[in-house]
Amino acid sequence: MAKITLSKLRHSYYPNPKGPEDFALRDIDLDWRDGGAYALLGPSGCGKSTLLNIISGLLMPTEGRILFDDQDVTALSPVERNIAQVFQFPVIYDTMTVYDNLAFPLRNRQMDEAVVKSRVHEIAEMLEVEDMLSKRAAGLSPDNKQKISMGRGLVRKDVNVVMFDEPLTVIDPHLKWKLRSKLKELHQKVRATMIYVTHDQTEALTFADQVVVMQDGDIVQIGTPVELFERPTHTFVGHFIGSPGMNLLPCEIRGGGAYFNDTRIALEGPLVSDGHGKNQVGIRPEFVSFGKKGMKARIKKVADVGRHYVVEAIIGDTSINAIVEQDAPEQGDKVHLNFAQAHTRVYRDGWIATELPEAGR
Amino acid sequence: MKPSYQKAWFFVLPVLVLVAFNALIPMMTVVNYSVQETFGNNLFFWEGVSWFEKLLNSDRFHAALGRQFLFTGIILAIEIPLGVAIALAMPRKGIWVSVCLVLMALPMLIPWNVVGAMWNIFTLPDIGLLGYFMNHVLGVDYNMTQSPLAAWMTIVAMDVWHWTSLVVLLSYAGLVSIPDAYYQAAKIDGASNWAVFRYIQLPKMKRVLTIAVLLRFMDSFNIYTEIFVLTGGGPGNSTTLLSIDLVKIALGQFDLGPAAAMSLIYFAITLLVSWLFYTLMMRNET
Repeated sequence: MAKITLSKLRHSYYPNPKGPEDFALRDIDLDWRDGGAYALLGPSGCGKSTLLNIISGLLMPTEGRILFDDQDVTALSPVERNIAQVFQFPVIYDTMTVYDNLAFPLRNRQMDEAVVKSRVHEIAEMLEVEDMLSKRAAGLSPDNKQKISMGRGLVRKDVNVVMFDEPLTVIDPHLKWKLRSKLKELHQKVRATMIYVTHDQTEALTFADQVVVMQDGDIVQIGTPVELFERPTHTFVGHFIGSPGMNLLPCEIRGGGAYFNDTRIALEGPLVSDGHGKNQVGIRPEFVSFGKKGMKARIKKVADVGRHYVVEAIIGDTSINAIVEQDAPEQGDKVHLNFAQAHTRVYRDGWIATELPEAGR
Repeated sequence: MKPSYQKAWFFVLPVLVLVAFNALIPMMTVVNYSVQETFGNNLFFWEGVSWFEKLLNSDRFHAALGRQFLFTGIILAIEIPLGVAIALAMPRKGIWVSVCLVLMALPMLIPWNVVGAMWNIFTLPDIGLLGYFMNHVLGVDYNMTQSPLAAWMTIVAMDVWHWTSLVVLLSYAGLVSIPDAYYQAAKIDGASNWAVFRYIQLPKMKRVLTIAVLLRFMDSFNIYTEIFVLTGGGPGNSTTLLSIDLVKIALGQFDLGPAAAMSLIYFAITLLVSWLFYTLMMRNET
């Protein structure tokens, strides 16, 4: 188990990258604590799998270094790095039994057969696959195959990090939840550093202590699930996480205040600076409410999603989503919108441009 | 009762007619011949199973059958491992892929009698490229028309040259269909190259290899044209395989009854071995 440091990492799939658009990863600096559960979250093509393959050693970065416990491993092979990886599609050695599958990484490292036996049984017990040990792995269901893949990752005691590359893609929805909690449980038991790559926010937020959100080869925010939800530092995080995502309203900055539709919006704190750029007011639907006073709006659509209502209101030609638990207005109603001040911020060119008030720090 | 639609038979009829004319009727004719004796003039005499009895007790048939199994055994033992090895060595991406594939496919595009003629000329001791080289440069006595060993080496070499490509192409198709994740996982699991071959590549190639072995078995077991053109079954009877012997009996001696009986036994052996092999290979498949 190890602390992982990524230092000034850049990667391009082209032999002679020119502009920043040629890079799949641009300048990644990261520190991952030993034994932590991390998630890499981002849309398809944002570079998260590239980053994962660089950490595992399947890919050599164009620039930058990877350190495990302050030891430079950039030039080392996956075997020498001593890591484990679970792939999107379950990788199973078809001709072997489940037992031999789990024993494979240990036997390749010439471990004593007695040690192999005890380790395999230990892992099989954790994964609840003991009854399948003597079965041929080829005949298993996809979720059990993926469990065996995970088992092969966890069977070695000394791995530096276990990585998961969207491991639940091929799993049926009702089993996803089960495997996800199994994984969380495993992390608490083995305490290995784990990195989980996904484009599914639910998977990332339930698994990880710390979530790294990526977009176009850059890290846009690192934080706990709560931080990402409550105070996204970039509009991308705002609308990628949450369902529906954060509302973004075009606004004007005048005399230190933000104006939307000629109404001054109360913000969480002072603006960082006047600065130029594209200004937007960002507020999550959870913090929009209806009242007797406030901005006048018309209701365009109301959707009952079970636990709550998602209400789409319109001011001018800007639509604003609101989430309410009960007493949802009707379509076509004229309403007044209120924004919770502590959760209302200005984003300039995508990045957060308001500061928390002094007292709140 | 469920309504039944007898109309469906009409849709099957064309296929039935086709199969009847190109397989069933010729086959039944052969069956008909195999139990009778004829001296021409459309005169037939009932013989029962005596042709079969005689054939199964004939040394000539045993010898031809033995040569046939020997030939098929040798070429399978060479072509399958060689084909897999070449497929493993071929590039997986880049422009060389198409170059390799076309080069591989070339021998298979040549008509069978041309292959026989090519190798015939190729091995002529005085003017053939290989024949001249062996006799006059290396000083080895190599004459296909005199030495049975030379004849056998030549027919084996010819078949390997002609048909290894088929195994290569099938194996290659099996290899490229293996997702990258398998190789990456094996790398991370610390597997050696041999383990990757044994536990990933070979199992994933199993189905195409089964097809390859079946095709090569049937084709080589029924081989006629190339060997007929190349050696004509000689020197002596040394390369008289089953099909060549069959044609000798049927057309050379015009013994239609024994030839028909031999055809049926020949067919039964091919069918039996293919079925056995396929059943054995597929018994663990789910």
